[in-house]
Amino acid sequence: MCAHARDDLLERDIEAYLDAHEQKSLLRFITCGSVDDGKSTLIGRLLYESKLVFEDHLAALESDSKRVGTQGGDLDFALLLDGLEAEREQGITIDVAYRFFSTERRKFIVADTPGHEQYTRNMVTGASTADLAVILIDARKGVLTQTKRHSYLVSLLGIRHVVLAVNKLDLVHYSRQVFEAIEADYRAFAEQIGINDIVCIPMSALKGDNILHASPNTPWYHGPALVPHLETVHVDDDLSAGPFRMPVQWVNRPNLDFRGFSGSIVGGTVAVGDRIRVLPSGQTSNVARIVNGGDDRDDAVAGESVTITLTDEIDVSRGDVLAAADDPPAVADQFEAHVIWMHEQQLLPGRPYLLKIGTRLVGGAISAPKYRINVNTLEHSAAKTLELNEIGVCNVNFDRLIPFDPYVENRDMGSFIVVDRLTNATVGAGLLHFALRRSQNVHWQTIDVDIDAHVRLKGHQPCVVWFTGLSGSGKSTIGNLVEKRLHAEGVHTTMLDGDNVRHGLNKDLGFTDVDRVENIRRVAEVAKLMTDAGLVVLVTFISPFRAERRMARDLVPDGRFCEVFIDTPLAVAEDRDPKGLYRKARRGELSNFTGIDSPYEAPENPEILIDTTAVTPEVAAEQIVDELRAMGILP
Amino acid sequence: MTETVETDRRVLSHLQRLEAESIHIIREAVAESERPVMLYSVGKDSGTMLHLARKAFAPSPPPFPLLHVDTTWKFQAMYEFRDRMAKESGMELRVWQNPECVRLGINPFDHGSQLHTDMWKTEGLKQALDHYGFDCAFGGARRDEEKSRAKERIFSIRSAQHRWDPKQQRPELWNLYNVRRSPGETMRVFPISNWTELDVWLYIHRENIPMVPLYLAAPRPVVERDGALLMVDDERFPLAPGEEPEMRSVRFRTLGCYPLTGAVESKASTLSEVIQETLLTTTSERQGRVIDHDQSGSMEKKKQEGYF
Repeated sequence: MCAHARDDLLERDIEAYLDAHEQKSLLRFITCGSVDDGKSTLIGRLLYESKLVFEDHLAALESDSKRVGTQGGDLDFALLLDGLEAEREQGITIDVAYRFFSTERRKFIVADTPGHEQYTRNMVTGASTADLAVILIDARKGVLTQTKRHSYLVSLLGIRHVVLAVNKLDLVHYSRQVFEAIEADYRAFAEQIGINDIVCIPMSALKGDNILHASPNTPWYHGPALVPHLETVHVDDDLSAGPFRMPVQWVNRPNLDFRGFSGSIVGGTVAVGDRIRVLPSGQTSNVARIVNGGDDRDDAVAGESVTITLTDEIDVSRGDVLAAADDPPAVADQFEAHVIWMHEQQLLPGRPYLLKIGTRLVGGAISAPKYRINVNTLEHSAAKTLELNEIGVCNVNFDRLIPFDPYVENRDMGSFIVVDRLTNATVGAGLLHFALRRSQNVHWQTIDVDIDAHVRLKGHQPCVVWFTGLSGSGKSTIGNLVEKRLHAEGVHTTMLDGDNVRHGLNKDLGFTDVDRVENIRRVAEVAKLMTDAGLVVLVTFISPFRAERRMARDLVPDGRFCEVFIDTPLAVAEDRDPKGLYRKARRGELSNFTGIDSPYEAPENPEILIDTTAVTPEVAAEQIVDELRAMGILP
Repeated sequence: MTETVETDRRVLSHLQRLEAESIHIIREAVAESERPVMLYSVGKDSGTMLHLARKAFAPSPPPFPLLHVDTTWKFQAMYEFRDRMAKESGMELRVWQNPECVRLGINPFDHGSQLHTDMWKTEGLKQALDHYGFDCAFGGARRDEEKSRAKERIFSIRSAQHRWDPKQQRPELWNLYNVRRSPGETMRVFPISNWTELDVWLYIHRENIPMVPLYLAAPRPVVERDGALLMVDDERFPLAPGEEPEMRSVRFRTLGCYPLTGAVESKASTLSEVIQETLLTTTSERQGRVIDHDQSGSMEKKKQEGYF
C-alpha cells in the first residue's frame, strides 16, 4: 500500500486529482500528552492510516517492533516517530518534532511534544504555531495534573480549538459512563481557563476506534471521529478578520522606479488603494501595488508574503509595521507581559537582553516577576526570578518605541523572544498584555539648564570612570588617588563605592546573580544622573558581569565612559585580603563570593588595563588621568 | 458539524501557506546575514527552493549567489540544466570541486560510495563555505525525508568547525527566528522544512517550475547491477566483461552522482504522469540513495560531522 492508493481519481484522472489536491487547506496542530497516554501511537497511526508509511519504512517498523516494540510483536506505531539516537535509546521524545500527513481535504502539520513536567519550554514552542490542540487523556486515569498543565499552556498560547482525545477506551470496555464522566470533569476545568471550543472524542489509537470512522464499539457516541473533525474544523477566520498588519522584513529596491516593502501579512487584508499608516513613525500613504512573485495582485490576506509599494516617498525600513491607517496598533516601550523562561541560566531582572518582536531586534530588560504561575495548580506566588520552564508576569522595557497589539488579539503582533547578548541563545519568550500607562503618560521634562550649560560652568566634560575588578584588587585605592588628582586640578568629581552604596541605596540587595544585576543597574543609573549634572563620576564596583557593564556604558553618550580594568590575579587579591573576606569565603561563611563561587567576567576591551602586579597605585592613577585628558574629558 | 469552508476565498491553500512561510524564512535569513548563499544541487527540491527565492525578491533577482558543491560525477543533463537556471535567474553561480578529490581522482567505482560522498560532498561543502566566507547557507532538506530531520530547526547554527549540536538547538516560536551568531559560527537554513515530497510535486505542477528532464521517462542506456538500473552517462563508466548497456525507458526519482543513482523503469513522460506514478508507488524516495542505509541513525551522525 502507499500514499493515496485507494484514491480512484488518482488512477483515473490525474489532472483532476492534482487540481483538487492543490486546493487543500492546511491545519497545524499540537498533540499534548505523555508516551503513556498513547500519544506516539496516535500520531504513528495517523501517519499509517493516511498511507504515508512506505513499504521500506513499514519493513523497518515490523523488524523494530519485534526487536524493541512494546506491543508484544504487533506493530508499535510509536516507533515510527523517534528521531535522535540518544532519545530513541531512552524510549522518550525530548524535543519538538514536526510530522506531516495529508488527506484528500487537508494537509496536517503536527507538532509532537512531550508531556513531562520539565519540558514546558518545548510545549510552548510547539503550541506557538498551532491552530488546534489534541489533548490526550488515558481513559483509565481521567483528568490529571498534566492534563490541566497542557490545557493551561494551550490557552495561554492562544489556541482556541481543543480536541480532548479520551484514549485507551478499549481498556475500560468502551464504557460510556467513564467517557462522560471525564468529559464533564474536563469541561468544568476548561471553562475556568477560557477554553470554549472543545470536541471530546472517545477513542483507542491502538485499535483504531474513532480515528478515521465512527467505531462500532462506541454506538452511543454521535460526534465526529478524529480525522473527519480535523479535516473540517474552521480555524482560518481568526487571521484575516482583524485590521491589516504587516511587519516589514526587507526593502526591495531594484531600480529608481520601484521601492517595495516586503513582509508577511499577520493580520487583516490589504487592497490596492487602501490607506495605510507606517508605525512607529505614524506617516500615512496609499497602497500603489501589491506584488506577489512576479505578478501584481488586487488584494492580499493574512498569511501571505507580499511586496507592497506606496504612492508617496516616505521613510520605511525593516522593523517598521504597515497597518490600516484608521485602525493602527498602539506604540509603546513598556509593557506587562507573560514571560516563559526557556534556559538553564535563570532570568536576571534588569539585565539588558535582546528582544525580537515582529521583524525588529532591539535592546530591552525584564523586571522581577510580579508573580510566578504554577502551571499545575495555576496558583500565583511571589518570585524574584524565573528558572527554566517557569512562567511569570513581568514588566518589559524596550529601548525604543514598539508598535504592538495585545497577544490575545494578534499573536504575531504581541509575541517576542528573549535573546542573551553574550551567548546568543534564545532564553525566553513573552506575550504582551498591555502598555504600562506610566510609559504613555510619563513624558520627558525639558530642562533648560542642560548638560552644555553645566560643561560651560565647570570647564570640563562629564564622564563615568568605571573601575571593575576582583574584591581586593585595588579599585578603591586607585580610585581615591585619581579623585585627589582631579580635585587638585579643579575637576568636579564624586565617587560611588561598592561597599558604601550597599550601606544605603542598595542595602536591600544581596549577592545572588539577580541582586548583583540590580545592584549595578541602580548604580549605573545614578552615575548617569550625575554626569547630567556635569560631574566626573568614579564608580568602584566589582561589577563582575560584562552585560551590566555594557548596560552602564550604553546609558551615557559615546566618549563619556571610561572602563578601567584593575587586573589583579585571584591569588594576589586573596593574598592581600584587606577585609578578610576571602578567608571567610574559603571557610564557607560567605557564599556567592566573586572569584570563589561566583564568576568574574573580565572586560574584553577596557579603555585602560591596570596590572597591579606591575605598577604602583600612583603610576596607575597617573595613567588614568592621562587617558581622561586624551579622551578630551579634561582640558 | 458544519461543512468545510474551502470555498471561501479567504482560506489559503496549503501550498499558498507553505509558500508564504518559505518566503518569510528566506527574507529573514537574508536580512540578518552578511554573506548568504543558496546551495543548489539541481534536483527538484533545490529547484523549488530557487523558485521560492526568486518570488521572495521579485522584481529584483535574489541578492545572493548559488553554490553547487560538485563531484564531477553528476549526470551531464544536470550540468546543462544548472547553467541554464543560473542564467535565467540572473544569479551568480559558484561551483566548488574539492581539490583534494580532483587530485586523488576520487570516484565511486574505485573508492566506494561512502568515501566518495564524504570527501566530495561533506568535505567539499565545508571547504566551499570557508573559502568564500559564507555565513548563511540555504539548503533544500525537508523534515519528512528522514526521522532525525523531523527535529531539526529551520535555522540551524553550526560551530566554526561546521558541527551541529542537537542538544543546543534554539527553540523556534511563532515566526520569530533567532539568527544571532558568534564570530565564526555559520547558519544553515532550511526554507522548505515543512514541505513533503507530495507538496513539492504539487507546487512544481502548479507553478510550472522547470525541472531536469531526467525526472521524466525516456529511452536511456542502462546496465543492471545488484538489482539497480544504472545509467551509462559517459565513457568513465567501467563495464564488466560481457556487460552491455541497453536502451530502456527509465526515469529518476532523485538525482545525485550517476553511478550512485538507480533509475526506475517507467513510461511516465509528463510531469503529471510522474506524480501519478510517484503517488502509486510503494517505496520511499530516499531508498534510492545509498548513504542512508549504511547504519541506523547514519544521517544524524553525518549531520553532526557537517553533512548538510
